[in-house]
Amino acid sequence: MFDRRYLQNFDWGLLAFSLLLGGFGLVALYSAVAAGVPTPQKALFTRQLIWFGVGLVVMTACMLINYKLLERYAHVIYIGCVGLLVWVMIFGKFVGGSRRWLALGPFSLQPSELAKVAVIIVLARYYSKFVTERGFTLMGLRLPVLLTLLPVVLILRQPDLGTAGLIVLIAASMTLFVKIERRSLQLIIGGGLTTVPLVWFFLKGYQKQRILTFIDPDRDPLGTGYHIIQSKIAIGSGALTGKGFLQGTQNALSFLPEQHTDFIFSVLAEEWGFAGSVLLILTFMVFIIWALNIAHGCREPFGVILCMGVTAMLSWQVFINIGMVMGLMPVVGVPLPFISYGGSSLLTTFIGVGILMNVSMRRFMYE
Amino acid sequence: MSKYLKSIDSDWFRRRLTAQLICVALGVLALLLRLFYLQVVRGPEFRKLSLNNSIRLQAVDAPRGLIMDRHGELLVDNRPSFDLNISPKDAQPIKETVRRLSMALEAEDEDFMAKVADLRGAALLRPLLLKRDIGRDALGTVETRRYDLPGIDVSVRLLRHYVDGGMAAHLIGYLGEINPSELQCDIFAGCRSGDLIGKFGVEKSFEHLLRGQRGGRQVEVNASGQVVRVLRTVPAQNGHNVFLTIDGRLQRRAEELLAGFAGAAVAVDPTTGDILALASSPTFDQNHFITGLSRDQWNAVVNNPWRPLENKALQGEYPPASTYKILTALAGLEEKVITPQEVLFCPGHYRFGNRDYRCWRRGGHGQVDLNRAIAESCDVYFYQVGQRLGIDRLAFYAKAAGLGKRTGIDLDHESSGLVPTADWKRRRTGIAWQEGETLSVAIGQGFNLVTPLQMAVFAATVGNGGVRYRPQIVARVVTPEGEVVQERQPQVAGRLPIGLAVLQTVQRGMWEVVNGERGTARIARLKEVAISGKTGTAQVVSREKAEAESSGNVHHYKDHAWFIAYAPSEAPRIAIAVIVEHGEHGSSAASPVAREMVRTYLGLGEDLKTASRGAP
Repeated sequence: MFDRRYLQNFDWGLLAFSLLLGGFGLVALYSAVAAGVPTPQKALFTRQLIWFGVGLVVMTACMLINYKLLERYAHVIYIGCVGLLVWVMIFGKFVGGSRRWLALGPFSLQPSELAKVAVIIVLARYYSKFVTERGFTLMGLRLPVLLTLLPVVLILRQPDLGTAGLIVLIAASMTLFVKIERRSLQLIIGGGLTTVPLVWFFLKGYQKQRILTFIDPDRDPLGTGYHIIQSKIAIGSGALTGKGFLQGTQNALSFLPEQHTDFIFSVLAEEWGFAGSVLLILTFMVFIIWALNIAHGCREPFGVILCMGVTAMLSWQVFINIGMVMGLMPVVGVPLPFISYGGSSLLTTFIGVGILMNVSMRRFMYE
Repeated sequence: MSKYLKSIDSDWFRRRLTAQLICVALGVLALLLRLFYLQVVRGPEFRKLSLNNSIRLQAVDAPRGLIMDRHGELLVDNRPSFDLNISPKDAQPIKETVRRLSMALEAEDEDFMAKVADLRGAALLRPLLLKRDIGRDALGTVETRRYDLPGIDVSVRLLRHYVDGGMAAHLIGYLGEINPSELQCDIFAGCRSGDLIGKFGVEKSFEHLLRGQRGGRQVEVNASGQVVRVLRTVPAQNGHNVFLTIDGRLQRRAEELLAGFAGAAVAVDPTTGDILALASSPTFDQNHFITGLSRDQWNAVVNNPWRPLENKALQGEYPPASTYKILTALAGLEEKVITPQEVLFCPGHYRFGNRDYRCWRRGGHGQVDLNRAIAESCDVYFYQVGQRLGIDRLAFYAKAAGLGKRTGIDLDHESSGLVPTADWKRRRTGIAWQEGETLSVAIGQGFNLVTPLQMAVFAATVGNGGVRYRPQIVARVVTPEGEVVQERQPQVAGRLPIGLAVLQTVQRGMWEVVNGERGTARIARLKEVAISGKTGTAQVVSREKAEAESSGNVHHYKDHAWFIAYAPSEAPRIAIAVIVEHGEHGSSAASPVAREMVRTYLGLGEDLKTASRGAP
């Protein structure tokens, strides 16, 4: 049953880059939790190590089953994930004003993270069936839009703006990739441009304020604006070569918010400087290009679109997260793949890597 | 599968992937450029900022809204508290500094030493609170010795100040530290642990309006922690000012009159439902809650048998006693089981079943019509009215008068009282209603329970011709700039299902109580203005037991004294309910309180002869 060609085609390069990025992440996380004031949270580091192990196992599992099974059971996976989102809405743990987590013994899981992958799979199936060189018309996009919006609305209710927005971005990238018919695209853009000012007109004052703050954190100098300034100081103070491992002062004095999750890049940039940060970003770039190359090498639409979706997910997270901590993007809670603390995020990342490897090592089947 | 490949060319996908590649490259380029700008171009500058942790946030607390009475008299404001802080990093050598500080303030240095003894690590960088509220003298001392005391500074914080501590304490309420579960609530968004929020009274009910919005400043500090420049400021927003409906003078007078007793007095404007006074005795000084109570002080408050923390005006449930006869009379007339002219004979007791129900006047009242029955509070008359009505008809009118349920005043912990019905008793005890119990209920001595607030509203309703208003305590809420945010509108909670003629008959009886030849509250009479009312004497234990066990002098066996009233009789402007716990007779203990409150509120001069309270 096991084909030797799988092993021959095993994508060692992708595995190497994943482990490299994972290694960067553990180093940064150690800095973030070891120096954390007031209480060092070293236990978090151990937990992340465990999640890493779990992630590798899940990655292997995702790699071994033929990805065409994902296509066949796409609807089951999708419905299962939506079910989990409904479940979390009712029975989820209430932490810090939102209901995102499902308790799993000592660990907890964010179904919204898994929903990202589910949307990618279900869209890949739909688009691969109906893709043509002319592109999709508005009519053809009805179902994908509904399939995207259902989990997005559920996640917005939690509320988790970051993940919901991310799913919309991933779906939009995939849709643009499979091409939208010219007139339909014009209609969508035109419609968007006319409704945005209309919606703005109907928003209440405080809602406008919230959106403006989201776009421009400086409007909230005591909240997110302050966090961004501290984050910029942390990154900037790293200068060329950084302050050295465990020497970051911004991090040690808790000037950074969420230093082990969303703002972990600031910790890394402070301690390793421009040199370290460039190395990380370039590694991410090579990883993304590698992933695109897998899509490039695949000769079967579902595989191509699936890989493209996973790559879009990981790249958007990289750009949004690093852009945010450097003050280029609005502040939203989007984790940095491989690096940020968080089991669900790491698990999703490794599922993505598993899917990429899966497609990569089966490309010979369609030659 | 091959059918897909026919419909779409792999090269088509490959061309589209190239576009993706370009997007990724552009994104990476943007990140790298930004990184270069932050770390290389501005790196040295940020390095310098990070060395001193130079950018800091300073909170600017928002003053809480003021509370005034209906005439604008200031009842609650904020006063500055000077807090002594030390920045350990700047105060080196720290022991020497603390010693000098203790000497300057003539205080024991051990307290301060203990606080700074085992500081290490990052804690050294944060200012530490040494002592709260040091007072202006100590402030002067510290300020003049600035140079001897490096790293010591004084911060100003606003503390809630109850101008006339203890006055209307139960109504105004007090603040307390926010607790973790409250911190989770949306309504406390923007609060942090350690913040003081309203915990009782108006301070709690109107928390959302009184609390301002904290502002803050982003500042750049130098190496010794002094502010070099202010980067950004978000101004604090003051809380709204609240004007209560109470009349400060009347409130104070009511509290004076109740001083030394446990009890409550409530005054309502019968034309609007405004609470004019809401006094519960004994009271407590809320300022102690702000500055902190010692364990002994706290125990003294909690273990006080007179329960000072309880708002007796709306938490206290008492038997209404004879004040309830007003209701029995209204029900009896409206249901036509009795006419104003019908005369019943009172021999001093009433035989029902195999039990004798006694009248408070042993010798009996003789021939009694309705007017006399109210004026002289004849029990035997009302036993018979109650018997004719039956418990459920009586309960219908009691409920229509707002008894047995909360009045809906904007204060927590309001009791609902109790209007007994046959059904209620069966559910509660499993035993059927005994008709004899109706007799006790008819004179307010059965299962029925009322709060003083309910009785004040009842008096107002009878006095104004049958309209029951929801009692309100806040007249208006204004912004610090004076713009009115909220203004109370009278809210009708219900109307008595009773004809005007019947009401007037009963009003006439209540006039007789005070102004008649043999009225039970002749002591409450004022020559300037006519008061109408009804006395009540609520038995704490059964009359037989009290007489058997003592000569009636044991304080706890003494009856509660009630008086409800409205004035002026012809067009009431104030309605009052007074209860004096263990005050014995409504006429002597409670009615003078109401009389003096009327005098104060209507601005009648002091009458030296009647100014002193009736002897209890």
